[in-house]
Amino acid sequence: MPEQQPKLVMENIVKEFPGVKALSNVQLSLYPGEVHALMGENGAGKSTLIKVLTGVYSIDQGSVTLEGKPVHINSPLEAQENGISTVYQEVNLCSNLSVTENIFIGREIKKYGRLAWKEMHQHAEKLLEKLQLKIDVTKLLSSYSVAIQQMVAIARTLNVSAKILILDEPTSSLDRDEVHHLFAVIRQLKKEGLAIVFVSHFLDQIYEITDRLTVLRNGEWIGEYKTKEIDRMELVSKMIGKELQQMDDISSKSTVNQEKIPASFLKADEVGVKGKIDPFDLEMRKGEIVGIAGLLGSGRTEMARVLFGADRADKGKMKVDGKEVNFSSPRNAILKNIGFCSENRKSEGIIPELTVRENMILAIQSIYGWFNYLSKLKQIKIAEEYIELLNINPANPEHLIKNLSGGNQQKVMLARWLITNPTLLILDEPTRGIDIGAKTEIMKLMTRLSKDNKSILFISSEIEEILRTCNRIAVLRNRKKVKEFYNDKELTQQDLMKEMAGGM
Amino acid sequence: MINRLSLDYKQLPLLATISLFVLMFSFGSLRYTGFFSTQVFLNLFIDNAFLIVIAVGMTFVILSGGIDLSVGSLIALTSMVAASLTMEAQLSPWIVVPISLLVGTVFGVVQGALIHLYNLQPFIVTLAGMFLARGLSYVISVETIAIDHPFFSYMASIQIPLPGDNFISISVVIALIVVVIAIFIGHFTNFGRTVYAIGGSEQSAMLMGLPVGRTKILIYTLSGFCASLAGLIFTFYMLSGYGLHANGMELDTIAAVVIGGTLLTGGAGYVAGSVVGVLILGIIQTIIVFEGTLSSWWTKIAIGVLLFLFIILHRVIVLRSEKKQASN
Repeated sequence: MPEQQPKLVMENIVKEFPGVKALSNVQLSLYPGEVHALMGENGAGKSTLIKVLTGVYSIDQGSVTLEGKPVHINSPLEAQENGISTVYQEVNLCSNLSVTENIFIGREIKKYGRLAWKEMHQHAEKLLEKLQLKIDVTKLLSSYSVAIQQMVAIARTLNVSAKILILDEPTSSLDRDEVHHLFAVIRQLKKEGLAIVFVSHFLDQIYEITDRLTVLRNGEWIGEYKTKEIDRMELVSKMIGKELQQMDDISSKSTVNQEKIPASFLKADEVGVKGKIDPFDLEMRKGEIVGIAGLLGSGRTEMARVLFGADRADKGKMKVDGKEVNFSSPRNAILKNIGFCSENRKSEGIIPELTVRENMILAIQSIYGWFNYLSKLKQIKIAEEYIELLNINPANPEHLIKNLSGGNQQKVMLARWLITNPTLLILDEPTRGIDIGAKTEIMKLMTRLSKDNKSILFISSEIEEILRTCNRIAVLRNRKKVKEFYNDKELTQQDLMKEMAGGM
Repeated sequence: MINRLSLDYKQLPLLATISLFVLMFSFGSLRYTGFFSTQVFLNLFIDNAFLIVIAVGMTFVILSGGIDLSVGSLIALTSMVAASLTMEAQLSPWIVVPISLLVGTVFGVVQGALIHLYNLQPFIVTLAGMFLARGLSYVISVETIAIDHPFFSYMASIQIPLPGDNFISISVVIALIVVVIAIFIGHFTNFGRTVYAIGGSEQSAMLMGLPVGRTKILIYTLSGFCASLAGLIFTFYMLSGYGLHANGMELDTIAAVVIGGTLLTGGAGYVAGSVVGVLILGIIQTIIVFEGTLSSWWTKIAIGVLLFLFIILHRVIVLRSEKKQASN
């Protein structure tokens, strides 16, 4: 197959955002009739690369060659005109329009200067039949399931003689039969000579459908491999950045005192949310750090959200301090001394236009109630205390938080919850996107907190960090808790990765 | 899954509106002698022709998820421009009419361009436009300018006879032409469908490669033009220009569009619905006139109650369709 001329070659792609290098020297080549997986963890640069290819972002450096000709793609419209179409994860169509319209809008069939609805309906039916789908095309898109909406999105791309089809996490909200149907369609399109980019976090699916794959990590190109020739362990190690040899070498390991089992704080018994996380057992004990290991999309955040009451459990029982609880909102959890530091610092955590002090006191103020206003003097005292404790730089409580570095913003977020003195602190990727110095400090802080008899749930993509800090480790895969380890001397990164990758 | 008998949820508000109108008309007919006549029905159009025209423009704006607060003031400004050009500058209607129509159109282009280019909230841009247009009408004159010109008098008084001793005014003809063109634009042109797409999801519309910016500017231009045309019809009706004309009319228009079944969040609704919405506002007034003893403020109370009912209806419909989708 690769003896043919490639459909698309991207070389030395560089894309910078203020303060971040989202892509540095990334390359990608696509051949007709292949399914090419784009692999990488959170922040690896997959979505940026896709957005560059589809004209949502412009590139700072590098070249894009389409069928041997250099092209500059400046808008989604231009990408489509060049035959590059994308089906996004959260289907980006207009659900208030009919199926037909979603396929044709922007390039409608016209007759005598008016839109020819009859012809369009017929044509739409034909296109969907090709995808083995027989539905009433005059109905609103919103009356159909996500799986069908996705097929409609694919039909839309087929209507413009597409050369390259990008499927961005198409399977994340489909059930098994729907995935099966989608794969049948992908194989058919492949036969017709389309180059298909496939992004998914499900390794099983990658091995089932793709021919080759490109791995990105932290915005850098790691390599291009034939799917058949790389095994799961190796792939996972490329994605998370640990070489195999390196992984056997365990130098740092926390010293866990397992002689006496500490008191239990929270106990989850078969707790689950339909479609998000399968029922799981988990016990959080005081003075213990529990790590959650798993690839992106394995249900890590979902697990944390249930424990915090951000999503309501529809199965199982949860006990806090021996008493049964039923969290219907985070407020219930906060009142039970549980804190949650979100993964999305930007969208769920910091409030950029407020100062460090104001960001810090948000959670404690909400516990006191808004009528019981903390005096400014008290606020400053608290803020200064935690700035010193966490070594936040610049050490000025009146600084706007948006002007702080990622690591320092993260520390402010931590401070926000530490001020409330939680017994259980859930940290979802607290070390992501911050520099090594700040990472070490945050891990040191976790150890200190556990010595203070706090319980910590630590979610991280960095296996090494988990191994270094945690007493117990739960491994998630495909929205399911598959294994729980005691972090003793024998446990290696390899053991964890085997469970994370699965299917071996 | 094919051909479920249930209606599309987007058609429910429209059906509710039409049923409500029929109900109110029947109520009036049963209660008051002389209410059940073709002329009473036609008067609804004659008295509200200008409101129909602005409601048409407003429908496109709201369908796209925006709002236009400047239309009431633009009616006043257009009436002032028409009156002063006719009476003070002594210009011929052949010049006055096109210039008056340009007033709102230019306003619309500028507002649309600001909204698109600087990514501003339509609410605040058109609020500024509302103050500006109202203020400018007073710059032309603080006093009422009465129009005494054969063309305007002719337009005001002409009655187009209909069978059965009934008649309509020229304004009604203009309004109905506008409605027909708007329905065509809404359903049979790319522009119209792009408006619906933007209202459904602007982000998606952009990613689908639709000309979002151009369409948004055109939407406000269309609304501005409709406001000016309504301003001219209003001038025929009042035979004067005055800075206080159509005070608060933008809110009546929004009420009519929403009662007509268009979702304030955009993406669903019909031009025809807005026409029925205007007729419902009209019939409330007619009923109050027939009642004889009620204060005209009851109109506001009735509109308020109806608006509450309709936004709740919208919410329920949206929630139901979301539930349906979740169970899919």
